[in-house]
Amino acid sequence: MASSAVQSRGLRRTFITPEGVDLRLELGSAGSRAAAFMIDLVLMVVILIAVTLLLIWLAPAAGSRGVQFIAIVWLIGAFILRNAWFSLFEMGSRGATPGKRFLGLRVVARDGARLTGAAVIARNAMREIEIFLPLSFLADQTAEGLADSFLVIFALVWSGIFLFFPLFNRDRLRVGDLVAGTWVVQAERATLSEDLVGARYRARRTFPKAALELYGIYELQTLEDVLRKENPDAIATVAAMIRGKAGLPDDGDDYGFLYDYYAALCAHLEANLMVGRRRESKFT
Amino acid sequence: MNAPAALPRDVPLVNATRFRQAHEADWEQLDRIVTRIEKRSIRSLSDDDLLALPALYRTTLSSLSVARDTSLDRALITYLERLCTRAYFQIYGVKTPAWRQLAGFFVRGWPAAVRSLWRETLFCVALTFGAALLAYLLIRSDPTWFYSVIPQGLADGRDPTATTTALRSTLYDNRQDWLGVFATFLFTHNSQIAIFAFALGFAFGIPTVLLILYNGLTLGAFFAIFAAKGLGPNVAGWLMIHGTTEIFAICISGAAGIRIGLAIAFPGRASRMDSAVEAGRTSATAMAGAVIMLAVAGLLEGVGRQTILSDSLRMLIGSAVLIVWLSYFYVLPLKRYEGGE
Repeated sequence: MASSAVQSRGLRRTFITPEGVDLRLELGSAGSRAAAFMIDLVLMVVILIAVTLLLIWLAPAAGSRGVQFIAIVWLIGAFILRNAWFSLFEMGSRGATPGKRFLGLRVVARDGARLTGAAVIARNAMREIEIFLPLSFLADQTAEGLADSFLVIFALVWSGIFLFFPLFNRDRLRVGDLVAGTWVVQAERATLSEDLVGARYRARRTFPKAALELYGIYELQTLEDVLRKENPDAIATVAAMIRGKAGLPDDGDDYGFLYDYYAALCAHLEANLMVGRRRESKFT
Repeated sequence: MNAPAALPRDVPLVNATRFRQAHEADWEQLDRIVTRIEKRSIRSLSDDDLLALPALYRTTLSSLSVARDTSLDRALITYLERLCTRAYFQIYGVKTPAWRQLAGFFVRGWPAAVRSLWRETLFCVALTFGAALLAYLLIRSDPTWFYSVIPQGLADGRDPTATTTALRSTLYDNRQDWLGVFATFLFTHNSQIAIFAFALGFAFGIPTVLLILYNGLTLGAFFAIFAAKGLGPNVAGWLMIHGTTEIFAICISGAAGIRIGLAIAFPGRASRMDSAVEAGRTSATAMAGAVIMLAVAGLLEGVGRQTILSDSLRMLIGSAVLIVWLSYFYVLPLKRYEGGE
């Protein structure tokens, strides 16, 4: 009960597949969403500038009709870049723009059904009021020198409501996500890390039963993180702490000690698990 | 330290190890197939891989549930969760091919979405013409009202002080130059407004209503200054050739915005979220269609209007296009229902 309450406050969401398994989707955090958007924005601006420069470079060579054609290409191109960049990428099989792809994010329908074109268009058309409107409003006013403080404040409040909308709800939904029935989940590739205990037979330290009764699953998995990160300071601290608690002598090999202790503790907890005694942490 | 332990040599110490040994090959094959689909497409898979995919997915999914219950190796569980998630979205979230989505949009999605917005569309049309009538009456009674409706830049010399000849020339001046650019500019500008009208619907539709209202006022104001100089029928032709499509499209996107606003404000029996999602998807379809209509309007305005100078022909084209739109949205789908489809 306690652990499920903790989960619902985080970014994990229950998501049951038709096969009945909970995938426990991890939502994209507000920070990575913002970063992905900034990457896309920078890409869009770079492409716009590059294409504009290219067309300007081409223009003198073209005749009057050619210049008109170039102007048409530029207008249509800028329109598509602004309105279709996000939609076209998200309609693809990765369901992500380059920025989202870079951060391992993906747009999916909240009900787990397939993501339709209508949903993608809806979520991205809403960007008009979230980002582009406040920006262009502000730019217009400052350009004309009319930006009196009231208008600036209004623009900031307006953009604030929609821009920070994802922070005001649990599921990190943008206005666009809300209207389109989508959310953005973490769906990056993970590689299978090595097995800490190892299949190969090797000699291990043995530990008294009392030393293995010290900790539960939470501590075991924290130890796993420490071992996988391989930070020498952390390993020395943790090894010293476990030795102190268990009253074991220091043999000078922190790595070896922790690996062996991890394997032994894991085996011990798993054996208990098999007979129905699941010990979540050292406090239970 | 190197004392041999009393375990049999071939039995792994913990479940995670045993589990990895038994299924690692399956997981890795699934990973390879899913990566291939993500990078290219499902069509790039060989027949063997395609057949193996569902079985591998189910194996991995059951590995995940077994691992959660019996193994304490967190890295393993995380790996399986991520792999299953990616596989799930490639198997269940699979996209309809683009061309079929496009065909579905033209055959069913677009007309159905516009049809379902008929109340809101009617409201927007009434609002546009109501506002136009209001502006027209106001400006006919007191021309100074014109300046409070139209900003100077947009008027482009077409204001109450303009002479009849000057006004007439704006209607029939044959500007062959830059026709295409002009048409394109109008298209992008109007489409941006249509998308905007849709998005503004989220604020309970109020800004959308204001936008439509203002559009109507502009229309009435221009009509009034031309009518005052006896150019009423001429400006009607000038407006109609593209205006039937353009105003209709703006009304549809306004209706799309209003639908979202209404769905959020008055969700009815559905939950607010569900109601917003349903309205959002329908409205987005209608709005995408409005952008296509505006492309047609841009062509009619930028090219058609500049080359066709006869008022009656302009009106005829405008009406014909309107009839095409109306039958596409409202009559053809009915026929199909009656046809038993």
